[in-house]
Parts: sequence; C-alpha cells; structure tokens
Amino acid sequence: MTDAFLTNLAFYVISFCVIAGGIFVVSSRNLFHSAVFLVFTLFSVAGIFVMLSAYLLAAIQVLVYVGAVAMLMIFGVMLTTQLSNVRIRYMNEQVWPALLICAGFLALLVYGLTDTPFATGNVAAPVEGAKAIGTLLMTKYVLPFEMVSVLLLAALVGAIVIAKKD
Amino acid sequence: MGSATIGLNHFLVLSGILFTIGMFGVLTRRNAIAVLMSTELMFNAVNITLVAFSRYLAPAAFTGQIVAFFTIIIAAAEATVALAIVLLIYRSFQGINVDRINFMKW
Repeated sequence: MTDAFLTNLAFYVISFCVIAGGIFVVSSRNLFHSAVFLVFTLFSVAGIFVMLSAYLLAAIQVLVYVGAVAMLMIFGVMLTTQLSNVRIRYMNEQVWPALLICAGFLALLVYGLTDTPFATGNVAAPVEGAKAIGTLLMTKYVLPFEMVSVLLLAALVGAIVIAKKD
Repeated sequence: MGSATIGLNHFLVLSGILFTIGMFGVLTRRNAIAVLMSTELMFNAVNITLVAFSRYLAPAAFTGQIVAFFTIIIAAAEATVALAIVLLIYRSFQGINVDRINFMKW
C-alpha cells in the first residue's frame, strides 16, 4: 500500500521535473539557462527510465546525454551567442499559431493514447537487464550495432571537416 | 516497481507532453541552438515511449530498450554534426537566428 503510494509520488514528482524543465528549456530567454534546464530535464528522464526498471539505459542517458550532448550544447552556446545581449526577440512571430497547433496535437495524441486498448498483461519487470541487453547487442542486433559504430565515426570525422577553419 | 495505479498510459501521456513541448520549441525559437535543444527533448520523449512499451508489453524481449539505445547514439551523432554546421554558419554570417538564414531560398 505505502509502496504503491511511494511509486505514485515518485512518478508524479519526476514527471513534474521533466515537464517543468522542458517548458523552461523552450521558454527561457537566456540561452545558457536553457542549456542548464536541458541538463535538468535529461536527468529527470533518466529517473523515468529507472522507474521503468531500465537501469542500463538510465546510466547511458546520464553518461551520453548529460555528459556529452548537453556539454556540447553548452560549448555551442558559449561559442556562438553573446549572452549579455539577451534583450532581443527570442521567438519568431508564429508563437500563437504554434501554440494552437501544439495544443491540438497534444489533445489528439492524448485522446488516441487513452482510447487505444494496449495488451498490457501484469508482467513482472525482468531483473537481469544489463546482461540480457549486452548479449542481445552482441548476437541478434550485432549488425545495427556495427553500423551505428561506423555512423559515429563518420559523424566525428564529418563534424571536424565541417567545423575546421580553412 | 509497477504499482497498481501507474500504468503504461501515464508514461505515454508524459511522453506526449514532452514531445509537444519540444515541438513548440522547434516551431518558435529563433536561435538555432535552442532549436537543437528542443529536438533533444523530442528524442527523449520518443525514448520514454519506447522504454515504456518495452516494459509493459514485452519486458523479456528488450526490443524497445535496444531501439532506445540506438536512438541515443544517433542523437549524439546528430548533435555533433548539427553543432558543427551551426558553428560554420556563425562564422559565415555572425549570427545563428534561423529566420535570418534564408540564403538558400533564392
């Protein structure tokens, strides 16, 4: 009973962090604040992964997203933006149509999701997640795994070639 | 984990809200890096959906978690290349507001 209550409480607190962080990311006038709230949101999404008992994915989320992607974003902010000049218009002139479209899209999405009967059995969470995922990546999904490694190498070389001064 | 009340729909609705927030950011922000951050929010929403389906529909197969794993890797590659392009645009045009970058229009 109290266990279920604590799970609910954790879910709602983490969801609030995800949504509030996301809103601050898109609405913050200062771009550096956006980047910091992005880190906050990504951490909260890792918490959601823990609630879904995807522990390996939560660790990967923290390492790759918080450690690499968000730091890359902060580097980008530092290199390209004059943060002192934050009084400029930071959204384009299509805020109200975009808000309307997004609200309609969300309403459609929620309607569709809650209306669809998914075949959710009362299945227990598997325990040996990391071991099973590692085995699957090396056996069944080895071809996409290798392709993704080649893609990462290509992106690395491509980023250097694009961004180097010539 | 997995109480009686928090179910698949809760995670799906949360993912939908996060995706919509990211979509709003992509549609309205002028700064290219803010647009990139909003796309990262959308990637994360999709990952929540994948992991939630994996947890509640086929927890022994781990398919959703592995697809989310690949999504994270591809998002990292995308962020790298996109930031390199943003740096190049900044160097050429002294600004990265996406509504000013219309030189491929004519």
